[in-house]
Amino acid sequence: MADIDLPSDVRAIFGLRHADRALVLAQQITGWITHAHELDEEVALANLGLDLLGQARLLYSFVGEVDDRGLCEDDYAYRRSDRQFYNPLLVEQPNGDFADTMVRQLLHDAYAVELWSRLSTSSDPQLAAIAGKAVKETAYHLRHSGTWVVRLGDGTAESHRRAQAALDRLWRYTGELFEVDDISRHLAESGFAPDPGTLRPPWDTRVTAVLAEAGLTPPSVGRMATGGWSGLHGEGLGRLLGEMQVLQRTHPGVSW
Amino acid sequence: MSTVPTAEEITLAVHGVLDPELPVVTIGELGIVRAVRVPVNAAVEVDLTPTYSGCPAVEVIRDAVVEAVRAAGRPDVEVRSVLSPAWTTDWISPEGREKLRAAGIAPPGPAGSGPVTVSLPPRCPRCDSGLTRELGFFGSTACKARYQCTSCREPFEYVKPI
Repeated sequence: MADIDLPSDVRAIFGLRHADRALVLAQQITGWITHAHELDEEVALANLGLDLLGQARLLYSFVGEVDDRGLCEDDYAYRRSDRQFYNPLLVEQPNGDFADTMVRQLLHDAYAVELWSRLSTSSDPQLAAIAGKAVKETAYHLRHSGTWVVRLGDGTAESHRRAQAALDRLWRYTGELFEVDDISRHLAESGFAPDPGTLRPPWDTRVTAVLAEAGLTPPSVGRMATGGWSGLHGEGLGRLLGEMQVLQRTHPGVSW
Repeated sequence: MSTVPTAEEITLAVHGVLDPELPVVTIGELGIVRAVRVPVNAAVEVDLTPTYSGCPAVEVIRDAVVEAVRAAGRPDVEVRSVLSPAWTTDWISPEGREKLRAAGIAPPGPAGSGPVTVSLPPRCPRCDSGLTRELGFFGSTACKARYQCTSCREPFEYVKPI
């Protein structure tokens, strides 16, 4: 079964950006299952991953309706290659150690909470409905990741060192979250989605508060990484998708 | 039994479907059933609302609703998922709450205007003590957290307000 062509409707592209964001992050987080340091955290990560997967599914279904080519969630998830995935680069950064995972999660959740909050007043009623559910779940995610980052940063010398190293590695992927392009401009005008630039101040406030309590300092970054929203990714995404899609690609049209 | 079921019979059948994960309560008691329309000459329509975005019971519940409507005498049924207004634990009925408690699961406190409100910890469903502590914010399903009663020492699950 061939890869699908990309949709042309900008609303569908927006939907893919955020469905892919949720799916890639869900796939990453669930990679911790059977490897987490304690059972409590396995349960937590599994729950987070499940919520994100659910959000991805709702968004892929939404894309299917806007795109209007009779494609379903599975088509979007399994029949596109990495150059056709539109997630921001932050979510495809490796799990690394637990500090890498929790810092990545904090930086993501502080953004997602704000995005979903604004999307719950989208001019598109279905998108607003999805957002109305997702914002409540994501607030719980932020509570989890924020608490962990504080524990790690304000923990032992070892946990602090690792948390700071994670922040130093991941900070350069945060700028992309707030990039504005033709698609985002067009969608902001119609009230479909917020101007990404306007998401930065509340994100900054939330993240700064957590980092201050954690005793962590963001590095100064010469240039923020970019390209994810348009399909330009690192090689890690290819490996992640290769594993995720192998069953469907080996047996096209397979179903349970 | 009459050959053509009434709208009320169909509605009761839908509301009476047991939740597959918490089979002590019905989907009606959980507030998952948003609407049941029983036209005479067209398919029965049932609107359900999912609890959490990733709830894996959604498809099972949908199949169970179709089964229940067919068993009640209407083979033509469509089930839709309605996302708005978003499900809230405030929609769990008093009967549902009591059934959860009787099964050892603490029912949710008020959801409030925000997702994480300051509220009292749940009372122990076994001994009713208010001296309970959180073991973990996440539990066996997306909707529950884990607690322990410091009075009778028994652990229990708590349906999180959302």
